[in-house]
Parts: sequence; C-alpha cells; structure tokens
Amino acid sequence: MAELDVTIVAVERKIWSGKATFLFTRTTSGEIGILPRHIPLVARLVDDAMVRVEREGEEDLRIAVDGGYLSVTEAGVTILAESAEFESEINADSARADASSDDLRTAARGRARLRALGQLV
Amino acid sequence: MAATLRELRGRIRSAESIKKITKAQELIATSRIAKAQARVQAARPYSIEITNMLSNLAAEAALDHPLLVPRVNPKRAGVLVVTSDRGLCGGYNANVLRLAEELIALLRSEGKTPVIYVIGRKALGYFSFRNWAITHSWVGISERPTYENAQEVADSLVAAFVAGADDDGDYPGADGILGVDELHIVFTEFRSMLSQTADARRIAPMEVEYVEGDHGPATLFSFEPDANTLFESLLPRYVATRIFSALLESAASESASRRRAMKAATDNADDLIKVLTLMSNRERQAQITQEISEIVGGANALADAVR
Repeated sequence: MAELDVTIVAVERKIWSGKATFLFTRTTSGEIGILPRHIPLVARLVDDAMVRVEREGEEDLRIAVDGGYLSVTEAGVTILAESAEFESEINADSARADASSDDLRTAARGRARLRALGQLV
Repeated sequence: MAATLRELRGRIRSAESIKKITKAQELIATSRIAKAQARVQAARPYSIEITNMLSNLAAEAALDHPLLVPRVNPKRAGVLVVTSDRGLCGGYNANVLRLAEELIALLRSEGKTPVIYVIGRKALGYFSFRNWAITHSWVGISERPTYENAQEVADSLVAAFVAGADDDGDYPGADGILGVDELHIVFTEFRSMLSQTADARRIAPMEVEYVEGDHGPATLFSFEPDANTLFESLLPRYVATRIFSALLESAASESASRRRAMKAATDNADDLIKVLTLMSNRERQAQITQEISEIVGGANALADAVR
C-alpha cells in the first residue's frame, strides 16, 4: 500500500518524520484528510489545530500544533509549526486551564492540546 | 624580607582563586557551546522548510508585500544590535558594537536617520552611555534565546516597519506612528569553534533566499486560503525565523568567545602562579641561607671569644 512521507518540524526542533497511511487535520478552510498521491497543496492550519497521523501496524499519532502550515508535494507532507506537542507530552490539567484562558492565543493552544488528547472534538 | 615572602604568598593565593573562577567559567561556557550548537542545528530544518514553502508561494503570489518592496525614499533605518548581557567574553561585544557603529555611520552618510534597537545589557550600556536614543531594548535573553523572544522582537520590528510606510521624512504620516523604512540586524555569526565574526544584514525590505536550481516542470499547487493571504501571513514568520537564527548564532558565539577568553585568563593565571612560586621559593631559600650564615657567623664569633 502506498504511503506518505510525513515531516513535522517546529521552530526549535524536528518533531517527527516517518511513513504514514493517512493524515488528518483542519485548515482555515475546513477539515482535511490526506491520502497518498494527494494533489500538491499549501495551506494554513487553524490556530487550535490537531494533526492525526495514521500509520500501518502502529498506533495513531496525535499532535497539537500551534501556528501551523501544511504543504503537500509529490515528495510528501510537511507541517511547519511554531510549537508542537505529542499526545504523550501533554499535561491535561494545564491544557484545560489554558483553554479557559482569556488570552486568545493561549486558549487556542489549550484547545489544540485538549483535541490531541481526544477530550475535545 | 619576611614581609615580601608573605606578600608573594598572598599574591599566589589570589591568583589561584582567580584561576578557579575563570576555570569554572571556561567549563560552563564549553558545555553551553555544545548546547547552543545543537539548538542552531535543531532550528535548521524549520528554516529550510519555510524557505521551500515561500519559494513555492513566490511563483504564485503577487510579490508586492510591503516587506519585500524597497521604499522609494528611505529616511529612517532601524538597526537591531545583538550583544550579550554579561562581559568576560573577550572581544565579542566590542566587535559587534564596532560593526554597529560602522553601519550607523554608513546609514547617516546615506542620509538616513538610524533608529536603534538593542538586545543585551552590553549594547544597552554602550548606547545609553553615549546618550543615543534607544527605541526599544530587550535584556536577559541573550544566552538562551527562545522562539518567543525572537517573535516578540520580530513583532515590534515588523510593526515599526509597517508603520513607517506612510511616514514623511521624520514626521509620522496618517497613522501618527513614526516607523522605519529599513531594518538591519548586527549579530555575530558562528562559523566554527574558533572563528566567530560580527555580521550586519538587512532583514527588511527582505530578499527571501529562494531555493535555486532546476526543478523540472513546476508543480501546480492549490492553496488554502489563496496564495497572497498565505504569503502575507508567512512573511512575518520568516522575519521571526531569521531573527531567531541570528539570536541562536549569537548565543553560540558568545559562549565560544567566553570559553576562549576564560581559557586565556586561566593560562595567564597559571603562568603568574609559576613565576610567583619561583620568586617565593627563591625568597625563602635566601632567608634560610641568611639564617644559616647568621648562625655560623655567631658560632664562629663565640669560638673566637672562647679561644
């Protein structure tokens, strides 16, 4: 089965790269699912974006992405983020506290992390 | 004579304690370089990818964004000077400040008013001592800069640049804010462990370093939202990444300079201790010789008296 090459880079470090069968996230125009051989695309992700990466024979990755851009080329999928966190790195309590913050950015980050934890749709 | 011996021992002790301090600073700086270098490396994939993305977009978007177009009659030029917060790092700060002075003189000769932004206490002290107007300063971030710091700096610089679009010379235009028409950054480039050089670059209006080369047939991208909007939202981020990488390089250079300076200081203290120890040994030996000759002289005198 065809696979996608996915690279996720944050400003301060490379988050993850590897093979995936399906990638799901939300851009400013709506939700998007990317399968292998998707047409080339550049898109901006919403502020409270979560990226789900489905892999063959392994568990799904769920990553909270802040200030992200998505680019799909023949070579694969690249996600640029200002910061990004894996599901396992997220502290649910602090995420919930951030989500109810008055600051729009902090709130968006909190929602993204809750989404990655599956506690918010 | 005994007083000078005591004095020498005191000087040896003080040289030893200075050596301990400089040695500790050297070790700290050494471990910081490795970390700072790793951060420079870790930040590289992002800047490569954002450049790729901008190159893809540049083919589609209208390249008339204010950050890209040089102003017709630039009157005010922003200069961001990146130095350290602490001293004890050799010529690191002096080099940056010298280059900044040169750049400012150049801008003046071109008829532009320099507007100074500084990072680091050293530059802040330098410019405020000379009674120069400092538009904005950030301190306490030079050794371990985070992306948030860089973004904060970039936000205020980009805001000043955008506000400068309608200025008429030194009079603020319609928006009432006096901005700048150009942005420059003076920082230290980390070439290697042994070589760091001060460097001045223009960050706005900017030239995106597009990926060159033959890509074969151009890929037809679709964009969400449209290419222009994407391009406009990516450009300020690009400025932030440029500033971030400059900050990271400066931090690595600072540690490397400090390591070198502290190593030189430790070596000097070693030499000094060696010389002083030799002197104090000689002095001690002279005292012993004198005491012996006094005893021998005394004994001889007694023997002569008895006879």
